[in-house]
Amino acid sequence: MTPNQIVFLVLAFIAVMASAGVVVFGANAVRSALFLVLNFFVLGFIYFTLGAQLLGITQIMVYAGAIMVLFLFVIMMLQLHHGPQLKKYQDAKRPLAWLIGLGIFCLVFTQVIQKLSMTSQSPVTDEYGTPKAVGLVLYSTYSWPFEVTSVLLLIGVVGSILLAKRRI
Amino acid sequence: MVNDVPLSWFLGLGMIMFCIGTIGVVVRRNPVVVFMCIELMLNAVNLTFLVFARYGIAPGQTLEQATNTAMGGQMAVIFVMAVAAAEVAVGLGIIMAIFRLKNEADVDDMSVLRG
Repeated sequence: MTPNQIVFLVLAFIAVMASAGVVVFGANAVRSALFLVLNFFVLGFIYFTLGAQLLGITQIMVYAGAIMVLFLFVIMMLQLHHGPQLKKYQDAKRPLAWLIGLGIFCLVFTQVIQKLSMTSQSPVTDEYGTPKAVGLVLYSTYSWPFEVTSVLLLIGVVGSILLAKRRI
Repeated sequence: MVNDVPLSWFLGLGMIMFCIGTIGVVVRRNPVVVFMCIELMLNAVNLTFLVFARYGIAPGQTLEQATNTAMGGQMAVIFVMAVAAAEVAVGLGIIMAIFRLKNEADVDDMSVLRG
């Protein structure tokens, strides 16, 4: 076991535990949101180990920061009831969920992960994840999808304002 | 900058997170928690994008070519993040609108399109 692998295992363990916490503590939405923040944060560190510094920072800022604040804001505004009332009807959803989840797990495990034997990362230049390198590619090769994304964000802004108005 | 963690470990992490997210989407009835589980699945896929960007490079490329190829994975992650941000804003707006209309929000009870 090399130090890199130990670091990865620790981060992966925290990420898996946090994502399990999101589902297990789902009855209390605030707790589940805080677990999700932890998961996003750790995932940002895993991005760092992959050499994508800019994306790691963006992950922490956009996901753990902005998006989760939005979630917490809505949770605290809505006051959704939780507790025993939530067990009103426990139908076939729970076994179905396990079936779907374990089905995807088994499928991907046997068909994808076992068949891929590449074990080492390919070397890239030191500039791989820096803002300069990412920006150069983003504004040249990928400028068309970038512009389309800006239109999408504009639509998102207009749509959310429209939905938030009391009387349309 | 090469790190010796095997590819299957990263993919395993992504897979476990995706499966947990799937289970959560089906089991949970609070729409906000369902949304969070969807975010979890998106992040699992983002991780695999970044991982395949670093591992899936054809042999025989120069360092600069390999870096340019790997950049595609980062671009995909950037666009997924932008789409996820827009999706969260609109989705939470819809949940708020439904809540204001019916004074409760339960994914099992949402069966009408018009208020």
